[in-house]
Amino acid sequence: MDRTLADVADARDGRLLEIAEVTGTGAASRRLREIGFCTGAPVRFLRRAPLGDPAMYELRGALLSLRRSEAQRIRVHRAAP
Amino acid sequence: MTALVRLRPSEAARRPGRIAILGAPNSGKTTLFNALTGHRAKAGNYPGVTVDRREGDLQSRFGADDVRLIDLPGVYSLQPQSEDETVAVRVLEGGFGEPAPEGVVVVVDATTIERGLPLLAEAAALGLPVCVALTMIDELKARHGEIDPKELQEELGVPVVGVVGNRGLGIDDLGALVSSPWDWTASPSLLHGAEARTPEDRFAWARAVLGACRRQAPEPNRWTRRLDRLLLHPIVGSAVFLTFVAFFFQAIFTWATPAMDFLSGLMDGLADQVLATLPDTALTRLMADGVIRGVGAVIVFLPQIVLLFAVILFLEGCGYMARAAFVVDRVMGWVGLEGRCFIALLSSYACAVPGIMATRTIPSPRDRLTTILVAPFATCSARLPVYLLLIAAFIPADPVLGPFTWQGLTLMGLYFLGTAAALLSAAVFKRGLLRGAALPFYLELPPYRLPRPSDIALGVWDRGKLFLRRAGTIILAVSVVLWFLLNLPRRPADPELSVVENQRMVLEGSYAASAGRLLEPVFAPMDFDWRVNVGLVASQAAREVMVATLAQIYAQEGQDEEGLGVLLAGSGEGGTAPLLSRASALALLVYFAFAMQCMSTLAVIRRETGGWRWPAFTFAYMNALAWLGAWLTFVLASAAGA
Repeated sequence: MDRTLADVADARDGRLLEIAEVTGTGAASRRLREIGFCTGAPVRFLRRAPLGDPAMYELRGALLSLRRSEAQRIRVHRAAP
Repeated sequence: MTALVRLRPSEAARRPGRIAILGAPNSGKTTLFNALTGHRAKAGNYPGVTVDRREGDLQSRFGADDVRLIDLPGVYSLQPQSEDETVAVRVLEGGFGEPAPEGVVVVVDATTIERGLPLLAEAAALGLPVCVALTMIDELKARHGEIDPKELQEELGVPVVGVVGNRGLGIDDLGALVSSPWDWTASPSLLHGAEARTPEDRFAWARAVLGACRRQAPEPNRWTRRLDRLLLHPIVGSAVFLTFVAFFFQAIFTWATPAMDFLSGLMDGLADQVLATLPDTALTRLMADGVIRGVGAVIVFLPQIVLLFAVILFLEGCGYMARAAFVVDRVMGWVGLEGRCFIALLSSYACAVPGIMATRTIPSPRDRLTTILVAPFATCSARLPVYLLLIAAFIPADPVLGPFTWQGLTLMGLYFLGTAAALLSAAVFKRGLLRGAALPFYLELPPYRLPRPSDIALGVWDRGKLFLRRAGTIILAVSVVLWFLLNLPRRPADPELSVVENQRMVLEGSYAASAGRLLEPVFAPMDFDWRVNVGLVASQAAREVMVATLAQIYAQEGQDEEGLGVLLAGSGEGGTAPLLSRASALALLVYFAFAMQCMSTLAVIRRETGGWRWPAFTFAYMNALAWLGAWLTFVLASAAGA
């Protein structure tokens, strides 16, 4: 199975992904982890906003909108089946 | 963790308790707070409704006296990054000159419980007794999810109450609970969670707790998925949005007019009654012209205000506003701001004062200041009476397409103009004096929910009351002062002339007229006459005063038979000249779209920025832009032959 790393901003379909890590150590990365984007958490891309950015993700039962610049901090791989 | 071991106080030592309500944004805190205290604080399906702490006493029907509840702004964690989060943390740590609360009710949305429990662990780590209010359990069940509050309580040790805040379920249990925080004892599991140092550890702990509880996660919200597919579709979604907005502005003209005509007739009848029954003295005329007709001219717009707020509150309550923030976030990104700035701007369409307060949720000080500086461009409800009066008088009601007329489209255009001014100014500020990198932005999109009609009714009632209170205070005061300025100095009546002609003489020679004429060089390029100038000066206090001023001037000129709009347009049978040409009227509308004419807004900018520098700056640049915009409009409209 393909488990190549990519960041969640590159997600194109609604496949279930698993967060590998959140890069960076500043306030921005910390906050992403605090709202639930932690290593091991499952995340799913739902749709992009009509103008192309931001995008909506499903995380732990909630719908969250992230801009591309934030989503690029979140490294993911395909979730194990 | 010694602080978690608390002694049960003796009966005599029991003091009135202060209990804080903590939870993530949009978890239902405010609804719970209202249910427990009987308050009617505004709750929306919309993150960031509470930006300041709010306190209220527990209702006595729950069987305890002296319990004070503190509603905190929503936070995701106790590591604050914005001002409203700092407020929440300081209250819990015992800031603001008050002791730390005796206990904390952590509000957890049952449908996203995994995201709520980490906050519970953080609260427990502060050493305060905690308990859990599980909200939205009805929604959890509807989506075939399950969690047993009793099992969760066994796992955590502390009380767990399932509630449905807006239907009152579980509220009695929670109300009885909050009076005895010393009975809330954490289990070893919760103490273990409190020791977690990283978000990862806390989330892992939350999963373990839920694993021990045989919890069934809810299915995705199908309705929300379907509606999002439709409303966030690039073409369908935009079409739905534009159609809806156009209908809304048209409705303000067509649906609200009968109610407005009724109120208008009522006010005129009242003024005539006063003039007919009381002796003809200056006091009587002050009552009839200054108070009833002046303030009344503003009050007649109550139906439109009600309609405006009903729509805004519905959109907030159902979850669509958060989607709007999602859709335009790209534009905000181009401007250099983040989505929270958009939410603050959105609130400013009701009134810039709460909009500017809502900027406290913005972590970046530069973004926050930028938003404060441009928020007054948003078309607030005080502009509405001015727009409606001028549009009804000077813009033809000819149909353009289907039910839409030029009047509705002009109103919509003015709203877009205000929005464009706000965004463009923000872009300029962010590229110039307030440059700085944007901080991360995430926005939680709540599921669509049908707002309860009673919630909307209460919200509309509150806003309507506020509108009437403004009419009864600031607008009344300015109106009365203006009446004197329009009637002084007195001059002996000329017996050769009729009563009306004499009144006109007084008006033409009044202090107000002199002041208006003094300003003629400033506003001559737009062809505003002294009456408009007086209105512009008076409306520096509050925009609606423009309407009150014109009503007074026309009443004093002895013309009060037809509606004010007919008089301004000069289209009545009296054969008077119109107040303004159409080009000047358009210029005046643009002036109002841009100008900073509101004492309350300047005062709140001063409070939020801590000095007079920024309010002075806002006042100067907005009014300069207003003059330029009005002049340009006049030149273009004149060239186009309007």
